[in-house]
Amino acid sequence: MVETTFKSEQIFEWLSEVADPEIPVLTITDLGIVRDIDCSDGVTVSLTPTYSGCPATEVIEASVVAALEEQGVSDIRIRRVLSPPWTTDWISQEGRDKLRIYGIAPPERREGPIACPRCESGQTERVSEFGSTACKAAYRCRDCLEPFEYFKCL
Amino acid sequence: MSDNLLMAAYASRLGDNALVLGQRMIELVAASPELEEELANANFSLDYIGQARMFYTYAGECEGVGRDEDDFAFLRPEHEYRNLLLVEQPNGHFGDSTVRQVLFECWYLHLLEALTRCSDEGISEIAARAIKEVRYHLRHSSQWLLRLGDGTEESHRRAQQSLDNLWKFTGEMFSPDDLDDEMRAVFNGPHLEIIEAQWREDVRAIVEQATLKMPDDQWMASGGKQGRHTEHLGYLLAEMQHLQRTYPGATW
Repeated sequence: MVETTFKSEQIFEWLSEVADPEIPVLTITDLGIVRDIDCSDGVTVSLTPTYSGCPATEVIEASVVAALEEQGVSDIRIRRVLSPPWTTDWISQEGRDKLRIYGIAPPERREGPIACPRCESGQTERVSEFGSTACKAAYRCRDCLEPFEYFKCL
Repeated sequence: MSDNLLMAAYASRLGDNALVLGQRMIELVAASPELEEELANANFSLDYIGQARMFYTYAGECEGVGRDEDDFAFLRPEHEYRNLLLVEQPNGHFGDSTVRQVLFECWYLHLLEALTRCSDEGISEIAARAIKEVRYHLRHSSQWLLRLGDGTEESHRRAQQSLDNLWKFTGEMFSPDDLDDEMRAVFNGPHLEIIEAQWREDVRAIVEQATLKMPDDQWMASGGKQGRHTEHLGYLLAEMQHLQRTYPGATW
């Protein structure tokens, strides 16, 4: 049996190809849920779930294993890390840009109107606080009249 | 009881509250008065079931005999469930469900906050994760209670009735049993008398803003924490556990 050791930078690069199953435009590294990669004994990837009841958690873990196996990694462990709890602040700038281009307004800490991801107008209104997934709300732009989703701040 | 078994019992009791309430809320899926509420309810019930999974998994680890989350959820009879009587109460009409959520969530939020300060890292981490969700749930349920109480004459009357009917199930949230006492002594767990004072203050603020009246002190039902339940829990578990009971070990 050939023992191969991997570098965590390399693993991270491979993981940055793994898409989030609910918002496939984002990768798990854009979301900031990959908290640690330890290559000292096999490969241990620490992941922090977004919400307690997020149905994507298992799918993401399985995708991580599949992605690494495809690269020839065989000894893979997934560690779930609850603390500190995930927050939308961990979404990378690149992730925020991707969301906007995709048509989802990224989470905003500051008070004030949510900008329309299509025309950037601040003249928007909330249609429903709850949307297609736990993390999104439904909005509408009063200028370009397009409906859009807003990634809620958590 | 060893510290590990104490923690296993305590964590599984927290899991019971979260699972039974989550299952109750799931019964409302496709029954909500409007789409926004439908999605809110479904998402919130998922949060509770997610919390139950974490509590049960942790309980299984502490117990150390190889039980997993599914064993706790699907293979225990009614008398081994140690949830509060409040969370097993039927959905009734929308006022009943709303009042149940408010009364429970006000308590649960303070309990979780106290648990983040306990000396057991496993439970405090789950609590820290759950707080963010429950704070959001409570904001939602209390807003509904405001609308019902301060809405029409009919909605006001029915919300008051729900509050009066469910009040008797709030007592056991604050009466510590041996497990609560040990949890406090060994792990610096929640002080239920302090939580009662905080809860009363929060509930009073919501109830008064909703133009409703705080129910009078009265006889309180208890027994949930000892596994003596109202008749409603058995039906809930029968439906939830039926598949695993009929086809043991069945998987997707």
